[in-house]
Amino acid sequence: MSRKILSTPIRDEDLEGLNVGDVVYLTGHLVTCRDVAHRRLIEQGRELPVDLRGGAIFHAGPIVREKDDGHFEMVSIGPTTSMRMEKFERQFINRTGVKLIVGKGGMGPETTAGCQEGKAVHAIFPGGCAVLAATLVEEIERAEWQDLGMPETLWVNRVREFGPLIISIDTKGNNLIEQNKAVFNEKKLPAIERIKSQVRFIK
Amino acid sequence: MDKEESVRSLTETMAKFTAYIGKRLPNDVKDKLAELRTMETNPLAKAIYMSMADNQEAADKLDRPSCQDTGVIQYFVRAGAKFPLLGELEQILHDATLGATKMGPLRHNAVETFDEKNTGTNTGSKIPWLDWEIVPDEDTAIIDVYMAGGGCTLPGKATVLMPGQGYEGVTDFVFDVITSRGVNACPPLLVGVGVSTSVETAARLSKRAILREVGSHNPNENAAKMETLLEEGLNEVGIGPQGLTGANSVMGVNIESSARHPSTIGVAVSTGCWAHRRGKIRINADLSYEIISHKGAAL
Ligand code: SF4
Repeated sequence: MSRKILSTPIRDEDLEGLNVGDVVYLTGHLVTCRDVAHRRLIEQGRELPVDLRGGAIFHAGPIVREKDDGHFEMVSIGPTTSMRMEKFERQFINRTGVKLIVGKGGMGPETTAGCQEGKAVHAIFPGGCAVLAATLVEEIERAEWQDLGMPETLWVNRVREFGPLIISIDTKGNNLIEQNKAVFNEKKLPAIERIKSQVRFIK
Repeated sequence: MDKEESVRSLTETMAKFTAYIGKRLPNDVKDKLAELRTMETNPLAKAIYMSMADNQEAADKLDRPSCQDTGVIQYFVRAGAKFPLLGELEQILHDATLGATKMGPLRHNAVETFDEKNTGTNTGSKIPWLDWEIVPDEDTAIIDVYMAGGGCTLPGKATVLMPGQGYEGVTDFVFDVITSRGVNACPPLLVGVGVSTSVETAARLSKRAILREVGSHNPNENAAKMETLLEEGLNEVGIGPQGLTGANSVMGVNIESSARHPSTIGVAVSTGCWAHRRGKIRINADLSYEIISHKGAAL
């Protein structure tokens, strides 16, 4: 099976055919962007120092090493919980024109609406796979807002076939994690009843 | 070796071992993940298990911590009363954490509460956390090291049930924690359950439960039966790796228990994520050591 690869700048038509559960890989630029960057743009109305039109962001706080020649090396970069950005993401998509949001775990109804309006998607990179992710970063091209410290700096990474990225919110209003939760809650009931009938140790 | 030299030597061994376990998973966890991977037919779940395996290989090769969250360091000590460095052990493990933080390098994960400042050293008030058991007459020490990451610590929960709720109530409690709070903690999880008399005794036992090997069983027949029932039941839910659905949900369910007050059932759940970074080492009286959790490991 050949890999489905998205390249930045990402166009609407690249995303329209994608459904939740699809696996894609990213080639191009992936910019780390988390709590404070969202807050600065939305709450304080500051301009982001990186143009994200057609771009991709990563909810992540990496470990970066500065080499002797002044270049940066990506040591470890794992996704952080996306839900923390739920409060801002709909407006963020709207304001920046970002197309791909990568993180860990699901996001809520506001982001789902934002993805539908702005033709964007949210994708999950497997948690705990931080070294794998670091090896897929070819180069850190720029570092913006370094005053925020290492975890919050906007690291502009050039990546090649970065993934797997599992589409968890598509452009049509589907939310994979919400769907899964409903399935789990339904499936657990018969299992619980069966176990209960076998653990009546108090007689 | 004089005492000073002994202390230095054991500090170095424990620092190296602590850094080591952040980069490589113990044999039982590694084997279980490989087994779960082969049981998956769903291509998405398979792809995630492959990424996990690739990640561990890259971490080993590049000698880097496999997950960026290297947790709060905890040591569970089972020391003989005649272990020669019994009185020095607390300081040794504190200094080992400092050493491992530089060697790893480990992320700085100790925030002093109320002052709300990151100490930048992975040490702070009562951190690294120590849990003690003293064994009469023995002269060796067995030390479990655990990296308590944020994601895998968050689902933890304890309560006291009424006896009328019985083990049926314990079942509800475990399922509730795992299907609601456990889904975001990087499944497949190793689920530790403490069944005891109050919140703190149950919580301590639930943590000890995830230090037990994957696939091991409680010696009590009913408890062992409940471990199997809970494991099978949770697997039926099909949470899959990263909560993205799959053929299974968990690496296993381990129960540890104590006697209880007739009017209470204390119950607690602790979880270990797929990157369950723990290690077990035996230190002999002459300070030679044997690594039990990672076969063939060289420090
Ligand atoms: S839950 Fe475990 S694997 Fe996932 S990010 Fe936290 S420490 Fe890493």
